[in-house]
Amino acid sequence: MSSYIEGILMLSGINLIAVLGLSLLTGFAGLFSFGHAGFMAIGAYSAAVCTKLLGLPFVAAIAAAALVAAGVSWLIGRATLKLKGDYFCIATLGFGEAIRLILDNFQGLGGARGWPGIPPRTTLLNILILDVIGVVLLANLVRSRHGRNMIAVREEELAAKVAGIDTFRYKMLALVISAAYAGVAGALLGHYMTFIQPKMFSMVKSTELTIIVIFGGLGSISGSVLGAVVLTFLPELLRAVDKWRLVVYGLAVIGIMIGRPRGLMGGFELTPKSIRAHFARRREERAIKAGRAAEDGDEALSGEADGKGGL
Amino acid sequence: MSDILQVRGLTKRFGGLAAVNDVDFDVREGGISGLIGPNGAGKTTIFNLITGVYKVSSGTVSFGGRDITDLEPHRIAGLGVTRTFQNIRLFKNLTVFENVLTACHASASYGLADSLLRLPRFRREEKAIMDKADGLLEILGLSDRKDAIANGLPYGLQRRLEITRALALDPKLLLLDEPAAGMNPDETEQLMRLIGEIRDRFKLSVLVIEHHMDLVMGLCERIVVLNFGQKLADGVPDAIRGDQRVVEAYLGGGDK
Ligand SMILES: Nc1ncnc2c1ncn2[C@@H]1O[C@H](COP(=O)(O)OP(=O)(O)OP(=O)(O)O)[C@@H](O)[C@H]1O
Ligand SMILES: [Mg+2]
Repeated sequence: MSSYIEGILMLSGINLIAVLGLSLLTGFAGLFSFGHAGFMAIGAYSAAVCTKLLGLPFVAAIAAAALVAAGVSWLIGRATLKLKGDYFCIATLGFGEAIRLILDNFQGLGGARGWPGIPPRTTLLNILILDVIGVVLLANLVRSRHGRNMIAVREEELAAKVAGIDTFRYKMLALVISAAYAGVAGALLGHYMTFIQPKMFSMVKSTELTIIVIFGGLGSISGSVLGAVVLTFLPELLRAVDKWRLVVYGLAVIGIMIGRPRGLMGGFELTPKSIRAHFARRREERAIKAGRAAEDGDEALSGEADGKGGL
Repeated sequence: MSDILQVRGLTKRFGGLAAVNDVDFDVREGGISGLIGPNGAGKTTIFNLITGVYKVSSGTVSFGGRDITDLEPHRIAGLGVTRTFQNIRLFKNLTVFENVLTACHASASYGLADSLLRLPRFRREEKAIMDKADGLLEILGLSDRKDAIANGLPYGLQRRLEITRALALDPKLLLLDEPAAGMNPDETEQLMRLIGEIRDRFKLSVLVIEHHMDLVMGLCERIVVLNFGQKLADGVPDAIRGDQRVVEAYLGGGDK
């Protein structure tokens, strides 16, 4: 594999972890965040402190990144999750920018010029392992009572409350887990680039993560995976048309959202079971159409099955 | 028979308006009680106060002898009080089964780690609540719609699903806010019978809001009448029917 392609693959894999976390928060619990790059920054800097200053092993640094990001998100959640949805979203935006500004002015960790010399510990293999763990844990979570309670918050918060669901607790849980994912992504990014700088974690990055989640389809883990890979590769492939890159990127995103308003996979999950069910449905439709065609003699055969799933 | 719910001096002010004003009433354990009154009388507001959706301005609500005034809604639900909504609130994009299964959450107690790692406890309890959800759908006659998306159900079945979801909590007191709204006389008749059956089968108490006097008269053992936020009368159907003030309120107040 050329190191160029490998590099992009690694970036997609790293992005994917942050996207999975945000997917839980936005796609499943229904809370929008425009500050998730802030949690990535916290993860990146905490992990770098662990390996570079404290000489800890990479595994410990990743765990620390997850824990610190989760801890900070808990504080943020305490302060903002009682606010109505829109205010939470604005608060996350403020948080993301605040983290960036604090790091800009903290000379001990390089300040705005950035912090070089982080050991290159991230490999394609450890990214892949963490991606798989990330997907499996998330898939297990959303198909449990805890995940369903988060989905209930997204669907109809008041009904969730009178069904005995502690909505504050479940929003907090979604936020904390998603921040831990972002922290891990930050740790991997720092140890891949070997250099971190506050402006890598700006609002642009946060927005990119949200775009990927929406592009992939809210409430679909496979959509998030697809979204992360496609939308990390796309800008890289478009480097050839340099100036037009972001325009084409934007158009591609808009195109998908027009063609599939619920995102690439919107609410549909790619699992062996769902794929079998999909083909069974297609066969059934074709059989029905064939039956009808035999009766009417002029029915066109076009079987576009729409992905409408539940969870 | 003892009272499962006691409401005393219940008051809710929105700015200057007292939507509910110094209301007292009780709900008998194991009974079906009705809460009636013209539009804007404060019926839904009383439900919102009992279930903790609104903060009480003054007065108390006690359930099973325990003061539940201003507890958080999920705690009140956890104690066994749940409700349906006047303007149906389902988990719209989920299937019928998922709506009910979600509400079964309190019948399982596996933790986060059990879910993340799919430990045996998760599998066992998850199987149990799935069976429970299936059983409820069976009883309420929704089994054949199990995999339909809630939003796409006909109106009457959406109301029925909302009741099924409420039953998944194993409530002791079920509050129904105009369950017959928008139904034709046939469906209404059927629903009224269903409410009776549910009460017997699940051994719970029911408080139902209903606009139509005659309808409520047939179903309820006791009736509370509200008008402009105040209690007008309280008693058995026959007493209510003969009450002069009630008749006046309904004739003058513009019954729907
Ligand atoms: N959140 C609120 N803010 C302000 N006023 C409210 C609020 N909720 C209810 N009200 C007012 O309180 C009064 C009682 O409303 P409520 O919904 O309890 O009536 P209701 O008896 O349920 O009527 P209906 O039969 O039309 O459902 C109305 O005047 C209503 O406008
Ligand atoms: Mg009402």
